[in-house]
Amino acid sequence: MTLSLSRLAQPTSVSTSTVAQACPDADTLLALNGVSKRFVTSRHDTTALDDISLEIKQREFICVVGPSGCGKSTLLNLIAGIDTPTEGELVFDGHRIKGAAAERVVVFQEAALYPWLNVRANVEFGLKIKGTQKKQRKELVDRYLELVNLTRFEKAYVHELSGGMKQRVQLARALAVEPRMLLMDEPFAALDAQTRDALQLELQDIWARTGSTILFITHNVREAALLGDRVFVMTPSPGRIKAEIPVSLPRPRDLDTHAVADFATEIRSALQHEDYAGRAPVASFMI
Amino acid sequence: MRARTVSLLRVIAFYGGLLLVWQLIFNAYIWSPYLLPEPSRVYASLLRYIQNGVLLISIQTTMQRMLEGFAIAFVIGMTMGVAIGSIRWLDGTLGTLVLGMQSLPSISWLPLGILWFGLTEQAIIFIVILGSVWAIAISARDGVRNIPVLQRRAAQVFGASRWQTVRYVTLPGMLPSMAQGLKLGWSFSWRSLMAGELIFVSAGLGHLLELGRDTNNMSLVLAIMGVIVGVGLLFDRLVFGPLESWVRTRWGLAQV
Repeated sequence: MTLSLSRLAQPTSVSTSTVAQACPDADTLLALNGVSKRFVTSRHDTTALDDISLEIKQREFICVVGPSGCGKSTLLNLIAGIDTPTEGELVFDGHRIKGAAAERVVVFQEAALYPWLNVRANVEFGLKIKGTQKKQRKELVDRYLELVNLTRFEKAYVHELSGGMKQRVQLARALAVEPRMLLMDEPFAALDAQTRDALQLELQDIWARTGSTILFITHNVREAALLGDRVFVMTPSPGRIKAEIPVSLPRPRDLDTHAVADFATEIRSALQHEDYAGRAPVASFMI
Repeated sequence: MRARTVSLLRVIAFYGGLLLVWQLIFNAYIWSPYLLPEPSRVYASLLRYIQNGVLLISIQTTMQRMLEGFAIAFVIGMTMGVAIGSIRWLDGTLGTLVLGMQSLPSISWLPLGILWFGLTEQAIIFIVILGSVWAIAISARDGVRNIPVLQRRAAQVFGASRWQTVRYVTLPGMLPSMAQGLKLGWSFSWRSLMAGELIFVSAGLGHLLELGRDTNNMSLVLAIMGVIVGVGLLFDRLVFGPLESWVRTRWGLAQV
């Protein structure tokens, strides 16, 4: 199946890592410059994120791993625009992020679908918010329902779906607005192991076909090694990026290969050892 | 199909038995017939009031008051409830007032209503509104509160405005709680309206009850009581029953 995806499949002029190194900012989609987030209450002063700087390029698949409380969800909320940083700035596609917009859409862990709408109407939801015309809505919904293999279930209601199907609906809903960047907040964490495996491979495939940029939060190191071009390892209190691990494996990757397992081990040791120095940040490579 | 027939037979047997007990008590002559008339006399007076058209007009008058009052209560209650549920400082202020008012039987507003509006339709409708508005407001507030945070946030990340979030998430999402609140509000209003019509005589079913008492016509009183129960049940079956079962199946709360 060939998909002609208008905005998602933006042809990137830069397609090899050598060129990317030569002009590092040419295709930067998102840049965080010294971003900090503090939550101050009368009793606590928590630094959820401390001086985070990073760059994400078009079409990259970025994974963020870290223990709970390390600020990875805060990071995602800031990029989504539903929270604001205490310090620093987030620049998306040349503009400072001011509030949420359909160009950066979140796929949540669970319970974010609407039980009063059927599958089709759920997928259509973001397009309605965006104000897309009815005819175009129908085309987009058809296309993305097919992409996630749910065309047969378009009339079903949320409670009739399995956990994996619900997450595919969420994915289709997010993709339907054709965002520049997809933010995934532990989307497979609540699923059983088999479903999670299947969805990881499916997501890899969808990512390759749509050419979207993905920021994927997880606490599963194997998932990060399987999916990520680069993996950011975070530590809690204060939330910092401790290491950045490029996963230099060809695509498509397969579950349970030794290569993926090796990278998973590397990520895990970065998570476990406080003194892990990490690799020197390498210029990200493109697909 | 068979299960339905069996349950229908059970219902018939139950109410048939009830009628039989009534007839037996009548025959035992514990109370004199003008205090407890026999079933056939109650039926006869029901028939008479149907034939002379008085019953129909009374039901119409009562239902009109009920629907007008309930519609106004719905609009006011929804607005208050959504506001209280969405705006935090309103909960500590208006929210406490609503909770307090809920504990006041709405018929106790009748003296004020009569002073303000006189012996008019408005006074009765006023009572109907006050009967249900608090219950509707409270269930609307709970409905807003019970919407999972992620459902609202999911709309937010698509860039939904505050108004869009209310329109596409809050209003449909509060339905399960509303279905209960509307039903509760309806029954409160219904009771208040009957009490109001009893006290404040001007047509309607409550007025027929009063008429029966005045003329010592106990079979009319019993017949009208039956009609009041019947209208209440009918509404429950035709309006609130379907609404509730729709919500149950849609939200997957069903055991049907």
